[in-house]
Amino acid sequence: MRARLTPYLCVAPFFVLFTVTGLFPLLYTGYVSLFSWDLVGDAPTFVGLANYAELLGDDRFGTALVNTASIFLLATGPQLLVAVGIAALLDAAPRPTTGWRVAVLAPTAMSVVAVGIVFANLFGPKYGLVNAGLEALGIGAVDWQADRLASHVAIAVMVNWRWTGYNALVVLAAMRAIPPSLHEAATVDGAGRWRRFRHVTLPLLRPTLLFVVVTSTIGGLQVFTEPKLLDAQPGSANGGASGQFQTVALYVYQSAFETRRLGYASAVAWVLVLLVAVLAWVNYRLTKRMAGVDG
Amino acid sequence: MRRRSGGLLLLAFVAGSLFPYYWAFLVGSQDAVSLTGATLVPGGHFLANAERVFDTVPFWRALGNSVVVAGTVTASTVVFASLAGFAFARTRFPGRDGLFRFVVATMAVPTQLGIIPLYLAMAELGWAGGLQAVIVPNLVTALGVFWMRQYTVSAVPPELVDAARVDGCSLARTYWHVCLPSVRPAMAALGMFTFMASWNDFLWPLVALDADHPTVQLALERLQSGHYVDYPLVLAGTTLATVPVLAVFAVFGRRSVDGVALG
Repeated sequence: MRARLTPYLCVAPFFVLFTVTGLFPLLYTGYVSLFSWDLVGDAPTFVGLANYAELLGDDRFGTALVNTASIFLLATGPQLLVAVGIAALLDAAPRPTTGWRVAVLAPTAMSVVAVGIVFANLFGPKYGLVNAGLEALGIGAVDWQADRLASHVAIAVMVNWRWTGYNALVVLAAMRAIPPSLHEAATVDGAGRWRRFRHVTLPLLRPTLLFVVVTSTIGGLQVFTEPKLLDAQPGSANGGASGQFQTVALYVYQSAFETRRLGYASAVAWVLVLLVAVLAWVNYRLTKRMAGVDG
Repeated sequence: MRRRSGGLLLLAFVAGSLFPYYWAFLVGSQDAVSLTGATLVPGGHFLANAERVFDTVPFWRALGNSVVVAGTVTASTVVFASLAGFAFARTRFPGRDGLFRFVVATMAVPTQLGIIPLYLAMAELGWAGGLQAVIVPNLVTALGVFWMRQYTVSAVPPELVDAARVDGCSLARTYWHVCLPSVRPAMAALGMFTFMASWNDFLWPLVALDADHPTVQLALERLQSGHYVDYPLVLAGTTLATVPVLAVFAVFGRRSVDGVALG
């Protein structure tokens, strides 16, 4: 009897912990969103969908949604392209590549807070290195905080710096798993380097690329630390003077722990949860369809 | 020719990957007063700036707290994940495959967005503000369980487990004597990633910890707060905060690059 229970005991810690500290709070967020709930004040009062009605007319929320989408697109697209390129270069490089791979992975060791601080300095409007470079090139300085699109680019650069190398190694692992015989067959058929990459490597990388897209979607929609630290007035969750780079996650934090409206913040968080769920589902369907067509 | 240009591109990418580390040290070594423009040569003020870091924020306490939090979380994650990984990979029990699919699916769940009720719960327990609030929710992760399961499948031959079981070895002893010795590399890589993730975590500690219990990341953020940012001070602090993680990375980096292939 005991022996039958042992496997369950082995897997139980994860399930108990995930249910109590992960799943339950996430679902309970939906419940809190139906209340007017002050962090320190009076007892919560039930308000139904009033928080969601307020959301629809909230300009800051609209801005935060657009900012999040814009940063996400600026980060994921270039990141994927560069990651595949670096993976291809590493794949073609003479072995062993351990040293290269360790160097490529190094950015993941720096904390997001440290990344935010270092890049806020590099993108500093007055004495920043980036602007010094741009002025030397005759392009002229850019205000990386005040300008909306420029601030999104700066945040996307932070995200990309930290994650491109990691994703390149994920893609590289998938490239190395491709049987050499496929490449040899294509070479015999007269395919050059580029044609082999385009018609042998890329199609076989599809599941991995989708995995990378899904993980960067889930992470990208929750970007928090980078915009928080880019703010010229550190310590605030405003995301710039007019919220020009405030993300949805930053808005959740501000609403909950600065303006202390837990119910409203929960409504914002819950919308983001649904958004992540929908995008994850779309990605999943896409993967299945591609597998169905090609496989 | 082609190989050479590829090598140059790689070199440029690696230089870009390492440059922000150098830049943090570079600015952190400048004199706070004389710093006006960009320079690429380190100054001689790093130690003086580091001293100011310890005077400005409780950096020793923050370092101690981060060691306690990241150390506990890492040890517990490696133990629980390897146990669960072994059970999923090399034992048979009703519901196993369904439960494992559940583990994989949970990796896509944005649990970070549940911080509001989690904070309320911690406050209710009287844990909010203290280190246990950031330790307990992270004692084991789905990624850890998934990782150890995949590695156990590839590294522990089923025949070996069956032979041990036929000889009357209990599951616990089989785990200890047959599974553990073979999965050590994966445990080391998982340990490194868990330590780095815990050391670098920011949002939840920011919400859950009070001013008396800062982690290194919270101390860093406090350094940067204010209308005038003293960058030599802040980036000296950033360098100090990054060194422990870089040390772990230097020791386990070789293993971790192979670990990425598993994830």
